[in-house]
Amino acid sequence: MKKMNISKSSKNNMITYGIVIIAYVVMQILLGTGNISSLMKGMLVPLCVYAILAVSLNLTVGILGELSLGHAGFMCVGAFSGAFFSKYMVIAAPGMPGALRFFIAILIGAVMAGLFGILIGIPVLRLKGDYLAIVTLAFGEIIKNLVNILHVGLDEKGLHLAFTNTSIKMSENGTFIIKGAQGITGTPNDSGFTISIVLLLITLFIVLNLVNSRTGRAIMAIRDNTIAAESVGINITKYKLMAFSISAALAGVAGVLYAHNLSTLTALPKNFGYNMSIMILVFVVLGGIGSIRGSMIAAVILTLLPELLRGLNNYRMLIYAIVLIVMMLFNWAPKCIEWRERLMAKLKLGKAAKEVS
Amino acid sequence: MSFLTYLINGISLGSVYALIALGYTMVYGIAKMLNFAHGDVIMIGAFTTYTICSTMGLPPIVGVLVAVVVCTVLGMAIEKIAYKPLRKASSSLAVLITAIGISYLLQNIALIIFGANSKSFTSIVSMEPIRLADGQINITGETVVTILSCIVIMIGLMLFINKTKAGQAMLAVSEDKGAAQLMGINVNGTIALTFAIGSALAAIAGVLLCSAYPSLTPYTGSMPGIKAFVAAVFGGIGSIPGAFIGGILLGIIEIFGKAYISSQMADAIVFGVLIVVLLVKPTGLLGKNIQEKV
Repeated sequence: MKKMNISKSSKNNMITYGIVIIAYVVMQILLGTGNISSLMKGMLVPLCVYAILAVSLNLTVGILGELSLGHAGFMCVGAFSGAFFSKYMVIAAPGMPGALRFFIAILIGAVMAGLFGILIGIPVLRLKGDYLAIVTLAFGEIIKNLVNILHVGLDEKGLHLAFTNTSIKMSENGTFIIKGAQGITGTPNDSGFTISIVLLLITLFIVLNLVNSRTGRAIMAIRDNTIAAESVGINITKYKLMAFSISAALAGVAGVLYAHNLSTLTALPKNFGYNMSIMILVFVVLGGIGSIRGSMIAAVILTLLPELLRGLNNYRMLIYAIVLIVMMLFNWAPKCIEWRERLMAKLKLGKAAKEVS
Repeated sequence: MSFLTYLINGISLGSVYALIALGYTMVYGIAKMLNFAHGDVIMIGAFTTYTICSTMGLPPIVGVLVAVVVCTVLGMAIEKIAYKPLRKASSSLAVLITAIGISYLLQNIALIIFGANSKSFTSIVSMEPIRLADGQINITGETVVTILSCIVIMIGLMLFINKTKAGQAMLAVSEDKGAAQLMGINVNGTIALTFAIGSALAAIAGVLLCSAYPSLTPYTGSMPGIKAFVAAVFGGIGSIPGAFIGGILLGIIEIFGKAYISSQMADAIVFGVLIVVLLVKPTGLLGKNIQEKV
């Protein structure tokens, strides 16, 4: 029995990886034959970024069962620490190969975001439900606020850090790496579609393996009943923190990828504010809470659809909102669940009746 | 002298937060849910007043009254359509995400109707500023009206809850829904009434907020809404005097933070307060401690 279960889950995982690889091959063929618009070409990396974000948030929302509204904050940490490293290296060590630089930037972004995840997770995970949601939102906003006043300059004496434009102690021929609200300009464009797909596959590999492991089962046990999980000896804090920080680190990876796809990186409410966090949440909810493949597909479809239907752009968020509300009512309202079950029973009866006749 | 001016401004901003926080705290106390869309009801209230007063040219009092009616109806409609079906849902996440959806819906409806450009809201107060100490302290008419209306509403609400049957029913429902129902209280009606009162207060708060800070966009309500929630948590969620005290304190903290620390960091300071409160005393200043049983 157990063996069958495992083979079923790994078959499921293979389908997920397969979808990504097929999508990659199809896109490569289209790119090779030139059958792709420049708009679509520009969307390829952001699509992977959103897919990684959605998959990583699903780890917190779906597997851990806690609502985090600060996911964009972790993305922001990853983006800025990764872009900071790359910009620094461009100035300090211009000879460094781009691939190696990007690889280290990814690691730095993931580690920094993961550290922030642990730092924030220790106090936050003591809370529950609504409180946890609002505190993660608060942390996300604080991170965005801090990044917006952060100034880091580089001159011959090394790095200088200040919180206002005027108080920085930098010599005249120094350059700003992070310039407050203007952010980081001139990040090398190290990202590409292939590396994005590889990162997406790695993210999927980490999350899917975590879910199907002993650790993942412990995390899901905490989600289903904290008190019961604690009483069978599961270390609640450890597993909660683990899931939360892995989710944060993966968001950091998405952030690094995002930063290296843009020449100017600024922390605006649009890209790192709580609206972004909610948008990722919409991907997760519409893809199915707890379904890794679902959130990946939802992220891709919901990002592509409004770009393809340009005329609907004004109504995009409106449609998202309505779909979100209807989905929640349809999936969670007890009356709806009852109605759905009755309908399914009726359909089954109808089928059985047909077979008999 | 500037200290006093900041203090008065802080109390004025805090009064607005207190009015919004009342809506959060009452709904949380009774329905046990975080009404994420509350901040956007404020925005709808302000836009209604803007349409009535600036576009149609009717007197401000009509604008305020229409805004109160519109928001009351809106609040009750949201409760009926989106929250009531989920009241018995197995996961509390469901209703929270629905509330986020409603918040987005209201923002985007406003965005389509009024556009993203910021509208300049004409103040509904036509009172001359009060000058004290040879003009060193300048209190605007908006400040006076905001603080006074907050005090009047607070007293009115306390009287309503403690002296009327409907108010007592609200207390009973927040204490124990099942027992209240057995005592013959209409639980659904009471919850709807709570949403109605909360939304009416939100409309007033919206008008007062936009009179003091006259730039109106579809996103005007979301930040004050979240900060007012912080105020409600600060004072102890579910407690009405707590919302009042929390709101005023938060307003003062924000204005002082802006003046003495950094204007860019004001939001971060407010959220920092929330985090400290939740870590040190999760039930807030006046909240009750409830132990969870297996």
